[in-house]
Amino acid sequence: MIVGQQKDFDEIKKMITGYNRLLVLGCQTCVAISFAGGMREVEILASMIRMDRKMAGQDVEIVEEAILRQCDFEFLDSVKDLVADCDVVLSLACGVGVQAMAERYPDKVILPGLNTTFMGLTEEMGVWSERCAGCGDCILDRTGGLCPIARCSKGLLNGPCGGSVNGKCEISPDVDCVWQLIIDRLKALNQLEKLEEIFPVKDWSVSGHGGTRKIIREDLTA
Amino acid sequence: MKAKFEPLILAFCCNYCPSCAADLAESAKLQYPPNIRIIKVPCIGAVGTIHILKALENGADGVCLMGCLEGNCEYLTGNFRAGKRVQYVKKLLGKLSIEKERLEIYNLSAAEAHRFCEIAGEVTETVRSLGPIPLKIDNSKI
Repeated sequence: MIVGQQKDFDEIKKMITGYNRLLVLGCQTCVAISFAGGMREVEILASMIRMDRKMAGQDVEIVEEAILRQCDFEFLDSVKDLVADCDVVLSLACGVGVQAMAERYPDKVILPGLNTTFMGLTEEMGVWSERCAGCGDCILDRTGGLCPIARCSKGLLNGPCGGSVNGKCEISPDVDCVWQLIIDRLKALNQLEKLEEIFPVKDWSVSGHGGTRKIIREDLTA
Repeated sequence: MKAKFEPLILAFCCNYCPSCAADLAESAKLQYPPNIRIIKVPCIGAVGTIHILKALENGADGVCLMGCLEGNCEYLTGNFRAGKRVQYVKKLLGKLSIEKERLEIYNLSAAEAHRFCEIAGEVTETVRSLGPIPLKIDNSKI
């Protein structure tokens, strides 16, 4: 899932300065799981904005809503009337959701309330970590299901490097050396021979270095 | 003459120990400030950030959470979770320039009726000294 983190309140405050009718719009999919942009966070942020404005003696009218997916046009139509009635939309979706809203409602100002951080998973309640870098050419079959692109600090394909100490990365004793994890896992799977094959230079053109990526499936298009 | 400020304080009390302590205080005819309004909750861990913020937004001058003693939570970790949540909400209050002392959490057992009254007095005094919450809401409407 996409993991996000709410922007600092001061930054949000600055963005919404001058707007008096706000739609705070959450997304009930990925960012709700990372406790950054679901209905609960919409309510909290709206309450904070109202209190802040009240203390500043300024009026504000806030509508709180969250839709199932802000990254899909078909879900965006359900808030058509709410969008029409507000001055600005403060979106608590990831960057994809914010852009989908901006595309669907070209006459409306759409502001981001989150910083979209990474593609990852929930390690435990309140802890999320990165797992995929979206490089466009998956190699997990050769690395025991652990990604060195996303999880090695150097993104090494033929690791580990000399900085791996007691299974930890040289950047911090809190960071696991993913190449140590890969070796341990392949050993447990009895597939250590996979490491004898040297990874050639990776084709980064499919990872976004070749421009904005797009997938077209002719069998599915109209 | 200006009337003395009387704060309105919302106390979320866990249904297990703290609520029993409050009942015991009543049975024993102990006195505590009338500023406290108690809301019983199934576990103090069930009190969310939004409940605390809404209380303050809608006119409470202070909020206190009362949970069971550490290690005595019926749901094992509810009181620890609530403790962390209170620290988080204090940070949010800091962002709004609202005094963090308006929010506090306490842990007490079902037998501590005197402690319940002591906490009620402590919280009332702290919030009274801070004055009304700077949201300018008429408390009489609550």
